Parts: sequence; C-alpha cells; structure tokens
Amino acid sequence: MKLKKNIAVSESGFLFDPNTGDSFSVNETGKKIIELLKEEKTDDEIIKWFAENYEIDKLTFENNFYDFTAVLQNHHLTE
Amino acid sequence: MKPEYTIAVTGLNNTDNPGPGVPVIRSLREAESFDVRIVGLAYENLEPGIYMENICDKVYQIPYPSTGSDELMKRIEYIGKREKPDVLIPNFDAELFTFMKSEKYLKETGIKTFLPTIEQFEERHKSELPGFGKKYNFDIPFSKPVTKISDIAELRYEFEYPLLVKGKFYDAYLAYTPAQVTEYFNKISAKWGVPIIIQEFIRGTEVNVAALGDGNGNTIAAVPMRKQYITDKGKAWGGITLGDEKLLEITRDLIQKTKWRGGMELEIIKTHSDKYYIIEINPRIPAWIYLAVGAGQNIPEALVRLALGETVEPFKTYDVGKMFIRYSYDLIGDISQFEKLSVTGEL
Repeated sequence: MKLKKNIAVSESGFLFDPNTGDSFSVNETGKKIIELLKEEKTDDEIIKWFAENYEIDKLTFENNFYDFTAVLQNHHLTE
Repeated sequence: MKPEYTIAVTGLNNTDNPGPGVPVIRSLREAESFDVRIVGLAYENLEPGIYMENICDKVYQIPYPSTGSDELMKRIEYIGKREKPDVLIPNFDAELFTFMKSEKYLKETGIKTFLPTIEQFEERHKSELPGFGKKYNFDIPFSKPVTKISDIAELRYEFEYPLLVKGKFYDAYLAYTPAQVTEYFNKISAKWGVPIIIQEFIRGTEVNVAALGDGNGNTIAAVPMRKQYITDKGKAWGGITLGDEKLLEITRDLIQKTKWRGGMELEIIKTHSDKYYIIEINPRIPAWIYLAVGAGQNIPEALVRLALGETVEPFKTYDVGKMFIRYSYDLIGDISQFEKLSVTGEL
C-alpha cells in the first residue's frame, strides 16, 4: 500500500489532502503507520515494526492495521 | 509613487447570498501596484457594503437593469461625469449584458471595463452549456431549457430523477419528483423568468475555480476551491484552496479555447471516478474572490490592470490549504445615512 505523495501530515497527526481539501486527525498509532507508509515500508515491515516496538501480538495488530488501511483507501488517500 | 485609480463596483449586497462587490473592493484596497478610490453602485439602500467602514468612498444608487438599460446607462453617465471612474467592475450576472453592450460607449466616456464578449457570454449560458461542451470538448451534464409547466411530465423520457432545476441566472434545487419540479419551476420563474434549466444530477464533490483570462487565450490567474461549509442557499460560508492540477488544466484549456476575457468562476463536479463535469460558467468574479487574494493571486487587481491596457504576467503559484470562513456582523448605522441615500440616491 502506498500513501499518495502529496498528502501532508503534521506533527500533531493532522492529514490534509490538497487535491480534495479533505482533512483528518489520526492518533499516535495512526501517525506512526502513516509515517512508515510515507517511508514506503511494506505492510509486512510495518506489522513487524509494531510487533517489535509495542506490547501487542502480531495477529491483533494485523487486524487493526488492515482496518486502518481500508479507511485510508476509502478516503482515497492511497495510490 | 503608486497611481490612484477611481474604480466603480457593483454587488455590495454582503448578505448570506453575497455579491462579489465587497470582497472585490477589499482586494483592490490591498493592490500593490495602485491605490484606489472606490465608488460603490448599489441597487438597494440596505446593501451592507454601503455602510461598511473602509469599503466605499462614495455610494450611488443605480436602477435595476430590468427597468431598462437606458435608465441604467443614464445614471452611469451622471455618476461618470461626477466621479470620473477609470474602471467599472460589474459583479451581477443580471447586469452584465447591459454593461457588455455599452462597453464601447463607456470607453468613450473614459470608463474602462474588462468583460467577456457577447459571444462568450451567450454561449456559456446554462441553457447553452451542452452545446458549449460539444464545441470545446468538455464534459457537461445533459440539460435542457423548459419554458412551460406542461413540458415537465415529458422530462421522465430524457432524465433520471433526481434532477436539478435551475434559474437562468441564480437558484438551483434538487427535485426528486415531477411535483417538486413544478414547485421549483414556479418559484424560480416568478423571480428570474423563463427558461428554467433542467440539468442531469451528477453525484460527486463540487469544486470551483476563480480565474481571469486576458482575451488572447492566456490564463492570468486561476485558484481552485472546495466549499467546506454551505448555506441553505448553496453559498460557500467556508472554503479551502486546492492543489488539484486537473482543475487548473481544465481552466487553462477553457480559457485558451474560448479566448475568455475577464473574470470567471467555473463550477465543476468531480465524481468518485475522477471525472470532471462543468456544471456552470459564471462570467464574473465570484463572491469568494478574497480567498484567491489570500492564497497569493489578486485577481481584481490584475483585472483592473488589464482593463487599463497594461500587460499582466500570469500568476504562477498560489498557496494550497488557505481557508476562508465568512461571518455575520452587526453594523450600527444612523437613520440619517439611510435618509440621505433614499432621498438623494447618494451617500
């Protein structure tokens, strides 16, 4: 999954899509996922990173991660 | 030292259905290349722009174009002799035809305008839009003009409900049934006359572009915006500038093909499958023009310079993510101001 290149993300987790004018707020976890997506990490790399750095098992995170990316897709924030 | 120009501006009705006059004046007062003296031209004596501070230096009441263009031009001639405006910026769709027809005459009296040609004005009418799309190769929703209530029943053969019912100058309603079409037909025709335009309803997001063409096919300015907060009259109460390159492409293409002269507003629906349909072409500066100035393109200033015959370089950039939020504010006036304008037609 790739985030659209022109999506702006602020320090506070505020996303702005300059094409549509839509804006969104994400929490710390969402912000980190977006940061990793912007670094063009693969889904597996992101899931691995969270499993290693947070107290969460891989399967639970994976479920939440795909829910989150589905929301990103729904809002046309991905390519 | 900057030159000072006297500029006459209409559309001072800064209400919840605002005319572009006040934002145009604010933009002109922020012009970097000249100073201004503003002569406000008002149709009604309670238009807020008349009473707002630092908007008009002098105000004249003028007769509605519906009373006859001779009456209006006689009044403009009188104002012209007294105030000697360098440029006149009309801001209402309904008055544009009169001013366009009188462009030569106005120029002879020393008042310059920078308006579309009659041909440009006529071919982008709501009722003519499908033909415009065909001629210049733009996606336009199917539409047809209706002049009689008896035509409404036949619409089901050409349109799917819901459909849009629009006035030739203003107003648009979404109708789900023939009964609603009849209701809106009566409502709009009582105010703006016929034809009423029936337009295919395209689902998507409405986006607008404020632009300026130099009459030779060049786009001098173009700023796209999405309404973020819409009033029950469908007017933008808040909006944000967009960085959608496709909207700029459509605008440049349209201005180049039509050799558009003057300010304009494109109303476009962007569908979920990323198709862009032009739903209206307004032949004047829009009421949200101050957002374009805030984003870095002072379109009214550029328009005045073009009207004065100067060469104006196209703007190359603007800020994406600039927002505007309208607000209402109570002005305190005095009956003596109202009295003066009502009795003498001037303030």
